[in-house]
Amino acid sequence: MSLASLGTATLFGLCGAALAGIGLFIVIAHAGLLRRIVGFNILGAGIFLVFGAAARRGAAAGFSGDPVPQAMVITGIVVAFSATALAVALLQRLFDLTGRESLDAPAASDKQQAEP
Amino acid sequence: MTMLLDLALVAWLLALAIHVARARDDQGAIIAFIAFGLLLGLGWTRLSAIDVAMTEAAIGGGVTGMLLLRAEARLRQRSSQPQTPKRTTKAAAAIACTVVAAGLALAVLSFPSPAPTLAPAAAAALDSTGLGNPVTAVLLAYRALDTLLEKVVLLLALLGVWSLAPDQLWGGAPELRQTVAPPPFVYLGRILPPFGVLIAVYMCWVGADAPGGTFQAGTVLAAMWLLIMLASLRPAPETRRTTLRLLLVGGPVLFFAVGFLGFAVADGFLSYPEGAAKPIIVGIEAALTVSIALTLGLLVAGPSSRAPAP
Repeated sequence: MSLASLGTATLFGLCGAALAGIGLFIVIAHAGLLRRIVGFNILGAGIFLVFGAAARRGAAAGFSGDPVPQAMVITGIVVAFSATALAVALLQRLFDLTGRESLDAPAASDKQQAEP
Repeated sequence: MTMLLDLALVAWLLALAIHVARARDDQGAIIAFIAFGLLLGLGWTRLSAIDVAMTEAAIGGGVTGMLLLRAEARLRQRSSQPQTPKRTTKAAAAIACTVVAAGLALAVLSFPSPAPTLAPAAAAALDSTGLGNPVTAVLLAYRALDTLLEKVVLLLALLGVWSLAPDQLWGGAPELRQTVAPPPFVYLGRILPPFGVLIAVYMCWVGADAPGGTFQAGTVLAAMWLLIMLASLRPAPETRRTTLRLLLVGGPVLFFAVGFLGFAVADGFLSYPEGAAKPIIVGIEAALTVSIALTLGLLVAGPSSRAPAP
C-alpha cells in the first residue's frame, strides 16, 4: 500500500468524523423535523465514510479495498433510505393532523389542553 | 495533484454540511444536501469503492433528495416556524458534537496497522461463486443473509408508509402530482425511460463481474418510473392491486426459497450448490431488481391519497 493511498483514506476518514459531528448537531439543534431528517442523513453519511476509510486501508489480495465493509455500507445506505422515507411519511401525517412540523409543545393558547 | 482534489472535495463536503446546519429555509438546506450526496459519490470513487459511489449518488443524493423536496413543498403552507432552541442549548450541543467528532477522528487516526482485512478471505472464495465483482459476491453469497434481511426492512418500511394513510384511503393510489406537468418535462418523461431501462438492465447484468448490481439498477428503474408518474403519463398504481403486491414480495420470496432450497441441495440456509452459484445469483438479482425498483418508487410516492375506485 503506497503512502498516497493511506493519505486519502485517512483524509476521508477525518472528513467522515467531522460530518458525523455536524449531522449530530443538526439533529439536536434544529427544532424543525424535516431538517432533523436531513441531519440524520448527514450523520449516517459521516459514519459510512469512516467505515469506507477502514475499507480502503484493508486493500489486499489484489482488491483496491476490503469488499466486506463496502457491501455493508451499500446495505446501510439502502436501510438509511427506507428509514428516511418512513420518517418523512410520519412527518407528513403529523403535519396533516396538527399543522405542526416540530415536536415543540403546542402554542400558548392551547397549552391548557396539553397533558401535564 | 490528487491530494489537492481530495482536499477540495472534503472542503466542499464540510461546507455543504455546515450550510445545511445554518441555512434559514429548508429548501436551501435540502438542495445543499442533494449536492452533498453527489459530491460524496465522487468521494467514494476516491476511496476506490465504485459500487458504493453509484449507490450513494443514486440513493443518497437522488432519491432521498427527491423525497425531501416533495415533503418540503407539502410542508411549505405551514403556519408557524418552529421555535429555535436557546443559545445555551445550541452551545452545549456544539460542544457535545465536537467531542463526538473528535473521538471518531481519534479512532480514524489510531486505526491499527497493518489494517485488518477480510479481502483475502473474499478473494479465496470468489472462484467458487464464479463472480468477478467481490462486492456482489459479499452481498449475495457470503453475507447473503444481510441482503435478505435488508429487503425485508425495505418492505417493512413500505408497509409503515402505507399504513399512515387515513382509513378510508387504504388501498388507493398515492398522488404524485396535483398540477399540470410542464411540456419539456413530459417530453423528458417520454424520451428518457427507454435509455434508463437499458442502463438498468446493463447495470444488473454487469454487476456480477464489474461495479454495478441490484440496488443501483433498481434505483435507476425507480427513477424512470417516478419520472413517468410525475409527468402524468401513467397514474400511480392502486396499492391494493394483487399484481403489484406480488411483484413487491417476489424478489425477497425467491431469495427465501433459494435460501431454504440450500438445505436440500447444498450445505444449509442460503448456500448455493457448487458450480451453479452464478446463474442462481444472477436470477435472484433480476427478481430483486424489479422488487427494489417498485419498493423505492412507492416509498417516494408515499401513502395513498385517493380513495380506491369502487
